[in-house]
Amino acid sequence: MTDSLAMVTIGAVIAASAPLVFASIGETLTERAGVVNLSLDGTILLTAMTGFAVAFSSGSLALGFLAAMAVGAVVAFIVAYGSIALGQNQTALGFVLTLLCADMSSFIGNPYVRKPGPSVPHMPIPGLVSIPFLGPVLFNQDAVVYLSYLVIIVSWLWVSRTQPGLRLRGVGERPEAAHARGVAVQRTRYLYTVLGGALVGLAGATYSLSVKLGWSHGHTTGIGWIALAIVIFGGWHPLRVAFGAYLFGALKSLGSLMQPAFPDVPTQVFQAAPFALMILALLLVSGDFTERLLFYLPPRGRRLFNALLRGTPPAALGKPFRPD
Amino acid sequence: MNASRSSLNKVTLALLPVFIALLFTFLVLLIAGANPLAAYGNILAGAFESPRKLADVAVACVPLLLCSAGGLITYAAGLWNIGIEGQMIAGALATTWLINALPLPSYGLLPLSVVAGLVGGALWGLLAGVLRTFGQVNEIFAGLGLNFVAAALTNYLIFGPWKPPDGATMSGTDPFPQAAWMPTLPQARLSPVALILALAAIGAVYVLLRGTHWGLKLKAIGLNPQAARRLGADTTRNMLLAFAVCGALAGLAGSLQATAVYRRLIPQISGGYGYLSLLVILLSGSRAEWVPVVVFFFSVIQVGSPRLELRLQLDSSLGGILQASVALFFLLTRGLRERFGEKKG
Repeated sequence: MTDSLAMVTIGAVIAASAPLVFASIGETLTERAGVVNLSLDGTILLTAMTGFAVAFSSGSLALGFLAAMAVGAVVAFIVAYGSIALGQNQTALGFVLTLLCADMSSFIGNPYVRKPGPSVPHMPIPGLVSIPFLGPVLFNQDAVVYLSYLVIIVSWLWVSRTQPGLRLRGVGERPEAAHARGVAVQRTRYLYTVLGGALVGLAGATYSLSVKLGWSHGHTTGIGWIALAIVIFGGWHPLRVAFGAYLFGALKSLGSLMQPAFPDVPTQVFQAAPFALMILALLLVSGDFTERLLFYLPPRGRRLFNALLRGTPPAALGKPFRPD
Repeated sequence: MNASRSSLNKVTLALLPVFIALLFTFLVLLIAGANPLAAYGNILAGAFESPRKLADVAVACVPLLLCSAGGLITYAAGLWNIGIEGQMIAGALATTWLINALPLPSYGLLPLSVVAGLVGGALWGLLAGVLRTFGQVNEIFAGLGLNFVAAALTNYLIFGPWKPPDGATMSGTDPFPQAAWMPTLPQARLSPVALILALAAIGAVYVLLRGTHWGLKLKAIGLNPQAARRLGADTTRNMLLAFAVCGALAGLAGSLQATAVYRRLIPQISGGYGYLSLLVILLSGSRAEWVPVVVFFFSVIQVGSPRLELRLQLDSSLGGILQASVALFFLLTRGLRERFGEKKG
């Protein structure tokens, strides 16, 4: 059986986007509870290093992933404790942790730089893999990629269709009302911040053990900020956030595919492109002028555009809650 | 007796985050299998062992003072200006462009290079400001994205239009003509002019935020933009102005790094000072009078930690761990004090 180039490419994009899916969905859950964990860029670096170093030293991939998730959860807990219990500014805490985690990844990870190490084995799912087109694209991957599908579906159903998901949304939108109905606002915020942090840790380990194998200084620099922007781009909705992660992954591999075809374009354009794109995407979803542009669309197009691209942040995002 | 005891308490409280950070890095060093005391000793020796090293500490103070001075202005307006790094780069780029374009004698070139740095940084800062005020893009994402764009632009220029005739390298462009060298002390990289400009900047920002109408207006906007607008402050215009002034000071820092320290454009011209300045602002409690103290402390670490690589084969990022963990424990201990202090009182 030979797969067409298109199928191989799409399959590769899906695999390469798995860490972004984990990180941006994790942050989506955190922000739906009203907490911003700004530390993603540093956390992903630190957990990519942790995952690789632990798997390398212990020989166990599972231990590597668990250690990375634990580290991600601890960093997120510091953000939660510092802001919820100690009343400190979330942005400041997240930013300080970004720098701290990035430097820790460089310092502790120094002995592991460019060492060949373990990686998650390829694991086609028998049966499913022979479905035409979808099989080779979706089910000819490794276990971590399958887990990313699961995370998307479960987080979406959880947020939009379950009782705990309803409470989560309440805590992020109207904490006072949620509190009045007996929801433990602070505990919910801790829970989803730590859970989101564990997913961010999973993203880090997925980089070093499945997508961009191994460890080097600044291995994943910039990705955490992209993940944070994708949460906004996806309007805090798990499915749209996942779509944003795949879209970004697709554009990025399109860039690297196009690079050899345009030797005259300096490589730096391709380095800067993701970040220029990030700004443009945010401009598109949050700028006022989009409203004005929408005015010229037919009503049906306007509704489609709104459903796909406009989103409002959880009303209590980043705001401390003090029950009196 | 009582008074001296309470001032002793104050000093202990102020130094508490430093002690905890030292304990924390102690643990990190143990994890990395290194001797913590030797590491601390080397950092201190690296910063103080010779007059030249001490001058280097002052050299590191210059960009940090300038970026912190600028950052205080945007911070007062309630903006988390993460784009200082890119504004610094933009200043260095504008200065390099001017030096390449104008073959003037130094008495003309040096003042103009400073102006170019101010303008370049201000424009880059304004870009983030316009995205924030007219595009509703949060300044964190606008600034950060622009940092990456500025860094890529620098690499493009060094490896493209501005590459040395005998091939581009990571060490940067060819050195500037001597007319563009900011004069320095003999045997040192310290430029007295740069240091004076940096100290003047932090002094000016102190006065600005304490005693001027604009400073008060910025603080009002920072505390409550809606209320400030209702009271007649043009928030958009003032935020843009804050971005521009902060960018100008950061741009000056980048310009001086190019003309006084490296005497060329290098790929990492901003050296992380923009990000560090945000930590300085946090640690100083966003009070200009405390900024020089924190800046000196940070600069000692900055100059001392590369010695870890030479002597102990450790990565110099330990310095960054120290700086960031002091900031983290500052926030956490302040929070603990506020929380448990309240109950007592």
